[in-house]
Amino acid sequence: MSDEDDIILSELNDEELVQQMFDDLYDGLKEEIEEGVNILLERGWEPYRILTEALVGGMTIVGHDFRDGILFVPEVLLAANAMKGGMAILKPLLAETGAPRVGKMVIGTVKGDIHDIGKNLVGMMMEGAGFEVVDIGINNPVENYIETARTEGADIIGMSALLTTTMPYMKVVIDGLVAEGIRDDYIVLVGGAPLNEEFGKAIGADAYCRDAAVAVETAKEWMARKHNQMSA
Amino acid sequence: MIDDAALRDEGFAATGGGRVLVVACGALAHEILAIKATNGLDHLDLQCLPAILHNHPDRIAPAVESAVTERRDAYERVFVAYADCGTGGALATTCARLGVEMIAGPHCYAFFDGLDRFAARDEIDAFYLTDFLARQFDAFVTRPLGLDRHPELREAYFGNYRTLVYLAQTEDAALTERARAAAAALGLAFERRFVGYGELTDALTSA
Repeated sequence: MSDEDDIILSELNDEELVQQMFDDLYDGLKEEIEEGVNILLERGWEPYRILTEALVGGMTIVGHDFRDGILFVPEVLLAANAMKGGMAILKPLLAETGAPRVGKMVIGTVKGDIHDIGKNLVGMMMEGAGFEVVDIGINNPVENYIETARTEGADIIGMSALLTTTMPYMKVVIDGLVAEGIRDDYIVLVGGAPLNEEFGKAIGADAYCRDAAVAVETAKEWMARKHNQMSA
Repeated sequence: MIDDAALRDEGFAATGGGRVLVVACGALAHEILAIKATNGLDHLDLQCLPAILHNHPDRIAPAVESAVTERRDAYERVFVAYADCGTGGALATTCARLGVEMIAGPHCYAFFDGLDRFAARDEIDAFYLTDFLARQFDAFVTRPLGLDRHPELREAYFGNYRTLVYLAQTEDAALTERARAAAAALGLAFERRFVGYGELTDALTSA
């Protein structure tokens, strides 16, 4: 990951450029990522292909190294910021070019909690995986989740909490869904530093997601199950 | 005066005197020793775990368990001077299993302020410092969050916070200025509240 200054991105072939974009994402180099995205677009790559092969591919490496304790939160945030730069270019083009839509997720941090780093990472990676994401922000009461999920016709409700004092509120939201008789209409995913699988089960969530990459894979699996049930 | 860097990274070893072992967070060492001296609590022997465990709350309960089981035979009883401290109930479960008492409440900010008063404030957008954290701000906040290398990340971490509240244990003008500088570095409003040792004194006198 050195000598970036000597590399002229436009002189690399496609394969080398994607590899270089992996490195640039890893190093959190937003301008280089934006340049790489624009070069691939000029070369006729479909926006969805750039998103999945170059950006999501690169962030997946970042995610693995975070999980394995090689990278830490600051580096992940810088990488995410670089990816955001690339996605800002691609997002309007993805809509125009009819990229596949895997499902729709409403995501937010629960009431009493203002922490959104994890939520934002999950939202970004879900978008990268082809989900439509409706981010309702921080400090959300149960009504926000239910109303937004209903009006948006969401498939998935995602809840995040960083504090041990706020994570029990996730059960309030799930109980609210049950009380409204709509619990089974949604896949409920939960995540956040103090959570674990046992907690997710105890509150009645469909799954606990350890990190953004797991959230994406879990969401895909549950969407596939949902489609299978509907077609059965 | 005990060295803060040692309290942060290594903790503080019990001396072997006293009937009651207090297993505490290194961030409370100065305050516990002051309470002990002021109140003549000579029966307490203080053992501190590294304060930096707070940056990895999942490691607190196992570290406390190890400290208690290693030393408890040399004392009549053990008291754990931690609140939940982000362990999500794991520390309470460990203490119950070991048959030792701990401090009630979510964290030291709450018991310094007073549990009921802290809960009533319901300040979800306040970032708290104590005397120890004001002195150790760079080691606990600036460096672990990478703000020294990447100040542009400040918004991502603290953009939803409004105020840095310094819960002061002592009257120390220089420390207040450090806390104020920390607030400025994070782009937050600053508020100082003198809370003293709060409910920590009662917890120790009944230990």
